Amino acid sequence: MKPAWSVILLTTLIGAAQGLFLVVFALDAFRPPPRDFVFLGCAISLGLLATGLIASFFHLGRPERAWRAVTQWRTSWLSREVIVLPAFMACVFFYGVSGSKAVGAIAALLCLALFVCTGMIYACLKFLQEWHSPLTLVNFFLLGLASGLTLSVPLAVLAHPQFAGPLALAAFALGALAWLARIASLARNARLRPKSTTQSAIGIQHPRVAQKAQGFMGGSYNTREFFHHRPDLVVRAVRWSFLVLLFPLPGWLLGWGGGSLESFCAAFAMQFAGLLAERWYFFAEAKHPQNLYYQAMS
Amino acid sequence: MSKKQLALVIDLNVCVGCHACVTSCKEWNDGGSAGPLSDQNPYGRDPTGTFFNRVQTFEVGEFPDTETVHFPKSCLHCEEPPCVPVCPTGASYKRAEDGIVLVDYDKCIGCGYCAWACPYGAREMDGTEKVMKKCTLCVDRIDDALLPPGDRQPACVMACPTNARLFGDVHDPESVVSKAIRERGGYALMPEWETKPANLYLPRRKTEAKT
Repeated sequence: MKPAWSVILLTTLIGAAQGLFLVVFALDAFRPPPRDFVFLGCAISLGLLATGLIASFFHLGRPERAWRAVTQWRTSWLSREVIVLPAFMACVFFYGVSGSKAVGAIAALLCLALFVCTGMIYACLKFLQEWHSPLTLVNFFLLGLASGLTLSVPLAVLAHPQFAGPLALAAFALGALAWLARIASLARNARLRPKSTTQSAIGIQHPRVAQKAQGFMGGSYNTREFFHHRPDLVVRAVRWSFLVLLFPLPGWLLGWGGGSLESFCAAFAMQFAGLLAERWYFFAEAKHPQNLYYQAMS
Repeated sequence: MSKKQLALVIDLNVCVGCHACVTSCKEWNDGGSAGPLSDQNPYGRDPTGTFFNRVQTFEVGEFPDTETVHFPKSCLHCEEPPCVPVCPTGASYKRAEDGIVLVDYDKCIGCGYCAWACPYGAREMDGTEKVMKKCTLCVDRIDDALLPPGDRQPACVMACPTNARLFGDVHDPESVVSKAIRERGGYALMPEWETKPANLYLPRRKTEAKT
């Protein structure tokens, strides 16, 4: 699949925002931090959510009609996401402003629902075998939570210093867990065997079937939307870079970076860069069966 | 099963790969209810455009023992269309009375999710209109009571010089298409995804030359 920057930004930004909100709300529920910490956390979370939402509009051909996407919640995970995301944003706003734990609890439920919706948009497509796995949901959730935790550390340094240490430790642990889960999904996908073949695509059961022409010499939507058009080397480089940037480097900064605000900010920046690379790879790795019809131009 | 399901049955045994179905489809659907079907840069260096139907060519076997198979490809109007439930706006739908899978171009937001959800790559985003387009089985021909009955069929079917495209109700056991499917072993593309395509293909036949 072609990685679309609008969707990469949407999923990574809202993931970090959801993670950050969950951290802030969990602390507020069990070890109430100062009011500033909750307010700032909600403000940053809301800013990331809004940026992601704006980015998502760039994915639409007709953004002025986006409101129509709330209608098919009975069948479409995308429609459900379109409903849950603004509802979550509204609750984060009111929770941040009022500090009401009841509103915060509703926001937390919506936050979890949003993780499920976002993950299921990809996981429900059964013939995109790389995505059709519970690991897709696990990864969206763990990577969002880990990046939110990493982001909460510099926030704690500013607004709630005695929690910076424990939060850094938690961010380290969650980062490691999310990293391992992502490696598990890489390992799963490396062993996948495509269910569709050129033979099943045209229904001719002969061991040697080769496409000679796809019916046109120029490109089409089919040749643009479903191929990343990048050399193998680039794809492999992206994979290695996200494996290093997601956890080992930011983890080292969290644990042994000296505990300064700058090092914690750098840890989040690194991890977020890793997340962008991870999401790019997530798309590039998925092989759509329609590509079997577009193997040779002429 | 009793409801009507309009579909095409494509005879790979007689398709000669002339692309008449491609050009007639493009011509008809560039106007009418599905139009415009836009092109970008049609006479420039990198021409591209939106099409409902393509003819592809495959080679089966190993030289010199090969066969060339011309393979027309368009929306299969699945009985279980995976593109429909994923649509967030309800723009994609399967018409109840005859099973044609259609897009309401006024509701489509151009998110492209339905195209991800189609294993066949049957949907194309119109580069100018920015909404998803796909084969309509020429609804504006088959529904048009002003056309002579013989003309109320898809443009591609009318254009095919070898009668490789049959059109009819695959749920009516007495229809031309149902008989062809029964007698000639009509088969579905990518049956592994259980989309139950309504369009089926007729396999090639071995014919011995009389000496």
